[in-house]
Amino acid sequence: MKIPVVKNILNANDQIAADNRATFDELGVFVVNVMASPGAGKTSVILATTERLPKDVRPGVIEGDLASRIDADTIAARNIPVVQINTGSGCHLDAPMIRGAILNLPLDAIDLLFIENVGNLVCPAEFKLGANLAVVVASAPEGHDKSYKYPGIFAAADAVILNKADLLQVFEFDIEYFRRGIEMVNPNVPFFPISCRTGAGVDAWLAWLLEKQKSFAEDRNQSVIV
Amino acid sequence: MHELAVTEGILKTAIEASQKNGARPITAIHLVIGELSSIVDDSIQFYFDLLSKGTLAENAALRFRREPSVAICRDCAHQFNATAPLEPQCPQCGSARLQVKGSREFFIESIEVEDENTRR
Ligand SMILES: Nc1nc2c(ncn2[C@@H]2O[C@H](COP(=O)(O)OP(=O)(O)OP(=O)(O)O)[C@@H](O)[C@H]2O)c(=O)[nH]1
Ligand SMILES: [Mg+2]
Ligand SMILES: [Zn+2]
Repeated sequence: MKIPVVKNILNANDQIAADNRATFDELGVFVVNVMASPGAGKTSVILATTERLPKDVRPGVIEGDLASRIDADTIAARNIPVVQINTGSGCHLDAPMIRGAILNLPLDAIDLLFIENVGNLVCPAEFKLGANLAVVVASAPEGHDKSYKYPGIFAAADAVILNKADLLQVFEFDIEYFRRGIEMVNPNVPFFPISCRTGAGVDAWLAWLLEKQKSFAEDRNQSVIV
Repeated sequence: MHELAVTEGILKTAIEASQKNGARPITAIHLVIGELSSIVDDSIQFYFDLLSKGTLAENAALRFRREPSVAICRDCAHQFNATAPLEPQCPQCGSARLQVKGSREFFIESIEVEDENTRR
């Protein structure tokens, strides 16, 4: 006998992601899930962004990492509220981990929460956390073929940052080629070449992000959960 | 990899579906996996055999249906199969103006359970 089901396999995770989101919405916290390969510059992008925030947008960070506290310590040194999640051998963050982490964050003193996912271009895309935006950070040294090799994560992005743009020439990175790969699976997704080293391009990314955060502050009923 | 979490999800969802329908042993689980999701089916069966022992889903067969992604050329309208790594150019006209349509979904479509009369 056949029984129809039609349920997402990660349904249990999705439900907790929705709970997380309800908590964030209630407290007016706008949440960004930052995904990238190891070393692409997730922490650097978060720092470059938080440094430039207007005073009335207070940042917070959840750091996902296999084992270390290095990134969390860097963030804490800037007096930004931060919680570290060590995933051990896990290759991604999931919604229950975020549920636990937010118990240790002063959410009512945070307007913009960055979640630094585990460095990986495959798994994080499958696990919703309860965020408003999914941002993928690629970087020049990784090569311009990454958008063709990992279409899934680029398809899941609400914005793509190309970091280490100061190194484009060194790595003979063909930005148009890279971008065409993204456009194949995610047409018209906002694309920001930036350098955390020189600061080039960071303002354009920041302006876009603040626009999103502002529209959330005005109307918290945004349905898409990532 | 995340196949362990995925397998746990499959098992839980399938067992719940059986329990709602008389809690009969599950013989097959039909899964749909979009080509743009990053699920690898081979390792799922391996985890599934371990995790399902002693449950309603012990001995259930996993049946995967992959939803293929297709690349469409914006210049000559040629369509071809799109799997990662994606082709940067249309094999017919050489254009780099391509669009990929495919799903990132992965869900359980249905389960099969033993009929009343075949019950052990
Ligand atoms: N040249 C250059 N180097 C950069 C830039 N941004 C980051 N880096 C360097 O790249 C390295 C990795 O940066 P992180 O910000 O730690 O990268 P991450 O993605 O957080 O790394 P993990 O958390 O370890 O996966 C560091 O040595 C940074 O100084 C950039 O724009 N240009
Ligand atoms: Mg980091
Ligand atoms: Zn063509």
